[in-house]
Amino acid sequence: MAPEISPTPWAAAIFATLQRHAVSLVAYVPDAGHAELIRRAEADNAMRAVLLTSEEEGVGLLAGAWLGGRRGVLLMQSSGVGNCINMLSLVRTAPFPFLALVTMRGEFGEFNHWQVPMGTATPDVLRAMGLRILRADFPDEVTPVMEAAAQQCYAGGTATVVLLSQRLIGAKAFAK
Amino acid sequence: MTEKRLNRRDVVARLVAGRDETVVIAGLGATTYDLAAAGDHPRNFYLWGAMGGAAMMGLGLALAQPALPVLVITGDGEMLMGLGAFATIALHNPRNLTIAVLDNESYAETGGQKTHTAYGTDLAAVAKACGIADAMTLRRLEEVDLLAVRAHALSEGTTVAAIKIAPGELPKVLPPRDGGFMTNRLRGALGFPPM
Repeated sequence: MAPEISPTPWAAAIFATLQRHAVSLVAYVPDAGHAELIRRAEADNAMRAVLLTSEEEGVGLLAGAWLGGRRGVLLMQSSGVGNCINMLSLVRTAPFPFLALVTMRGEFGEFNHWQVPMGTATPDVLRAMGLRILRADFPDEVTPVMEAAAQQCYAGGTATVVLLSQRLIGAKAFAK
Repeated sequence: MTEKRLNRRDVVARLVAGRDETVVIAGLGATTYDLAAAGDHPRNFYLWGAMGGAAMMGLGLALAQPALPVLVITGDGEMLMGLGAFATIALHNPRNLTIAVLDNESYAETGGQKTHTAYGTDLAAVAKACGIADAMTLRRLEEVDLLAVRAHALSEGTTVAAIKIAPGELPKVLPPRDGGFMTNRLRGALGFPPM
């Protein structure tokens, strides 16, 4: 059997950054781009991985965790950003250090055009809700972008979303 | 004989009466006023928005502080907007989390329109079907007193109680609205600094 080659080698860099910044709660809605990060979080005893039925649950979860002294991160796909909109009010009103990592769909070679409307609107929606956006398009950008995001969020208190581009994660293959 | 429905303020007063360490999160709507009417407290957090998020905030806090009793008091309308939370909570089933849903089968804030529970949705059954074994519907104050004992201690898992209450609006008692104040007050009470 051939050794499994990680399709997302940069996931280790993200995980290391989260560890370095004492993030201990990883809320997620399953996503292929985040699969390795989710596996790492579930395998680490110092992390609590929380599977959500819908992305907005993660916003409330992280707000509650912050009340209890824990830092969290929310993993989702760009389509999930739409599900979060009203709940993102908490980020400004509660307020708490909010960090989300969003794998992008609907761009760069997307096969399924149903992903395009929300993927295209994702940065505007996030900005409209007052969140700062950082973006990684290439593997060597992931570490510096993640470090900056964690720094400005957990130390600076600036709610931040990292967009992991479809170019980085690779467009999902449906047909040849 | 028609059933005499419980008064929501009586229910909330009894739920918080025996509190010591317990943190209480009130969902958007009349439950915020009910909790305020029972007396403000540094360990209260009142939601003035984010409808559907109260139970998940409770889960986040319960997971962050596993020895701290966390009581979420919310309404049927607020809970119906975030039913998925029952499935998410069931996966962790924290023993320090109690969710009390004050069920008046209507949206009291917006004119008393009926909610789904008026037409048969059974919130305790939904919670149970999602995997929360300790889920029940309460109709009597003595049952509420037993729930309060559970809410201020650790149990074997999460408890969900739908408490049938009388419909109608009561005079508003307004708690603080500044989320930064509430967040830092609560974190301070738990020994955490402001951000």
